[in-house]
Amino acid sequence: MINRRKFLQQISLTSGAAIVAIGSHGWIAKSVNGQTNRQRTIVIFLRGGADGLNIVVPYGESAYYDYRPQIAIAPPGDSQGALELDDRFGLNPALAALMPLWQQGSLAFVHACGYPEATQSHFDAQKYMEVGSTNIRRSLDGWMNRLLSELSTPAPTKAVGLGATMPRILSGRMPVALLPLGRNPQRPSPIDRPQISSLFDRLYTGNDSISKAYQQGRVAREQLLRDLEEEAMAADNGAPPPKGFAVDARKMARIMVKDPSTQLGFLDLGGWDTHVNQGKHEGQLGRNLKSLGEGLAVLVQELGDIYSQTAIVVMSEFGRTARENGNGGTDHGSGNVMWLLGGSLKGRKVYGEWPGLSESQLLGGRYLKVTTDYRDVLASVLTQHMELNPEKLSAVLPGYSSSSKMVLF
Amino acid sequence: MANNSNASASKVLHVLNRLSFGPRPGDLENAKSMGIEAYIKSQISPNSIPESQSVQQQLSSLETLRLSPRELKAEFDRLRQTSQDPKVFSKAQNQWRKLVMDEAIQARFVRAMDSNRQLQEVMVDFWFNHFNVWMLKGLATLWTGSYEEQAIRPNALGKFRQLLGSVAKHPAMLFYLDNWLNTAPNSPGVRGQFNGLNENYARELMELHTLGVDGGYTQKDVVALAQILTGWGLERPKRRMAANAPPPPPPTDNNGFFFDPDRHDFSDKVFLGKTIKGSGIAEGEEVLDLLARHPSTARHISYKLAQYFVSDRPPAPLVAKLAKTFQEKDGDIKAILNTLFSSEEFLSPKNYNAKFKTPYQYVISMVRATDTEIPNFHQFNGFLTQMGMPVYGHREPDGYKNTEDAWLNPDALLRRIEFATRLGNRQFGKSKPLDVGQLSNTLGNNFSNRTREVVASSPPKMQLVLMLGSPEFMKR
Repeated sequence: MINRRKFLQQISLTSGAAIVAIGSHGWIAKSVNGQTNRQRTIVIFLRGGADGLNIVVPYGESAYYDYRPQIAIAPPGDSQGALELDDRFGLNPALAALMPLWQQGSLAFVHACGYPEATQSHFDAQKYMEVGSTNIRRSLDGWMNRLLSELSTPAPTKAVGLGATMPRILSGRMPVALLPLGRNPQRPSPIDRPQISSLFDRLYTGNDSISKAYQQGRVAREQLLRDLEEEAMAADNGAPPPKGFAVDARKMARIMVKDPSTQLGFLDLGGWDTHVNQGKHEGQLGRNLKSLGEGLAVLVQELGDIYSQTAIVVMSEFGRTARENGNGGTDHGSGNVMWLLGGSLKGRKVYGEWPGLSESQLLGGRYLKVTTDYRDVLASVLTQHMELNPEKLSAVLPGYSSSSKMVLF
Repeated sequence: MANNSNASASKVLHVLNRLSFGPRPGDLENAKSMGIEAYIKSQISPNSIPESQSVQQQLSSLETLRLSPRELKAEFDRLRQTSQDPKVFSKAQNQWRKLVMDEAIQARFVRAMDSNRQLQEVMVDFWFNHFNVWMLKGLATLWTGSYEEQAIRPNALGKFRQLLGSVAKHPAMLFYLDNWLNTAPNSPGVRGQFNGLNENYARELMELHTLGVDGGYTQKDVVALAQILTGWGLERPKRRMAANAPPPPPPTDNNGFFFDPDRHDFSDKVFLGKTIKGSGIAEGEEVLDLLARHPSTARHISYKLAQYFVSDRPPAPLVAKLAKTFQEKDGDIKAILNTLFSSEEFLSPKNYNAKFKTPYQYVISMVRATDTEIPNFHQFNGFLTQMGMPVYGHREPDGYKNTEDAWLNPDALLRRIEFATRLGNRQFGKSKPLDVGQLSNTLGNNFSNRTREVVASSPPKMQLVLMLGSPEFMKR
């Protein structure tokens, strides 16, 4: 029988470059496959309903300024005005860190996105977007998990999420690695102490499902700890450590750079439910955007060469009311903006049919209408960027049939 | 002779593992001396078992547990009136909510860990998940404890029809699955959010609670059932404020269930091929009878019981046997369990220790085996939250699963071991000094040779931890 400790050591040695390997085939895939030329997608989910109208600002609409006396972003050219994207839209100045990417043509937006069946429930709306379907009555798998399953045929591949609990978008039959958030978030666990783990290693040498789960968990945890150690050392080397979201963005990028079989990544960010005092380029929304924008810039920078093979999608469950409310905030709405970044993106463009903001153009007189099914955007990422066979699209997004073909890559 | 007694020892352990949340010190010996048939018989009649002093004492300090949903809500409404300042009164209201929720969770843990009526508590776990409500949805925060107390526990070993009816009328379920809003369009009671049919409860009543998803109903039946259940709702003291309006009728029962004829659809309906004469609340009772006695319901419930008690993929002949008893005995849960516990499938040694514990079962069995005294339950529910299984915390109506598929994954297993290590080192609460030989006896010495060897060759203070974190203890 193989000595478990020795076995773990061997794994560690042979997979020195790998950071994450969780799941039944993770490390095996790496050692037998060695394929490097893979397309990658990272999804960033803004939970709470990010206010798309103050992110990609329709400064050409006078109604926008009528609806939002306290919180509207001034037109480009004015003091603290929007950063001009085109003759209709400008970017919230809190996102200045993204302008170089816009100039390079690797940033784009699709405005007025959403799903056909509107709901103003965070819970249902997030589920729609994570399941990839409005048929959410049961605990269902996430579309990224189904995508993983499609991508893994014939060659196995991996997905990684950052967070405390498995988000629905990643959950399902395929094993997915989950890493903790933050710079040094890993609580020490008794199992990290060799005098404890070596004993448990001897209890779980079997070939049964429980022993296998244990063995996979141990390999993953050792690699995770090594990763955290490396990261701590990197921070010691002089560079100022990034803050907030950028910490996680950097971690995600490093995993993907070091382990080419990690094709999918997921991050989520809370704090977008701005019912009260959301502010303009400062305040709650501005702070969040600044952190997100800077983190995205770090993510792109750290991805380095593989940025050309990466698509980054930023989405949120719904937009917010066109009008500000009585508390300097906005309430749950409908149509929203989706963000795309990628080395091979047809960028520097705001896509989507703009529905307009006049009273009669709003849904129910309150919300930006949805003119693009968010799945049209995902379908473009999946088929044109990830090279998923279009016939397999319905396996990832059940019940979806492409209404309009969007060409983003 | 030795073999024979081993065989019967492992049978006793099996029965304790399935009919209880795992053995406490002394439980195996007691069941053995009592005889296994007598043990099963007593567990099936929980009222024949005296409850322990300690459980009674702990429960008696949980005062909100004895309040009805009406009383719980009345206090919540009273607190609203204690100040003009929203910050002040919502703080008071939230404290009330939190107290009510904490006490409900504590009562659940106390009973599961310590009650002598273990099968009743196991069945509460089963039925609560079958008729799941999510505690964090609005007013369900106040009512979930009462729901378990008044609708689930008293009927956990009773008649299925009675259980179904109690669930249907409890405010927690009416609220959670929205039937309190379910209103006949164009009825005189239409107002505000009471403005049309809501199919949510009607669908789950068939799909989850009774017939099962393949139980032979259509979308038309869903709509008909929703129409039949219009007006099944909650007492609303302020519902008619017009000066010369008659005073609101009293609630239909003490929990606050209220049938509102003004919002009911009085037309005749066709449901599952049968005409239901429009008559008011009696229509709902009629269809609950029909659903409770439907062969699909018998099959659906039998499958779930067999999966919970026997194996993740229960044998079809066993399910058929249980369904037969279900129908012959008119949904008498005791009779169905008797058939189950005396079946050869249940007693087959290949099913011994074959169910992977849910996080809830794992935690509770560990506390029981080590006889740990728990000073507060927050750490326990915190661990269960990390594991994805907080008490009363499943959002969707389908309840927590109890299969290995649902709960076994690498991260979860390491977390269990971490928890075992902390509990073994007494980081949670006092346990009586326990040596590893005692723990092994409590657990029927049911360990593989490998586990025995590893434990025996380990430092003494690790031996207990290893046993609690062993592959054998992950299963029941």
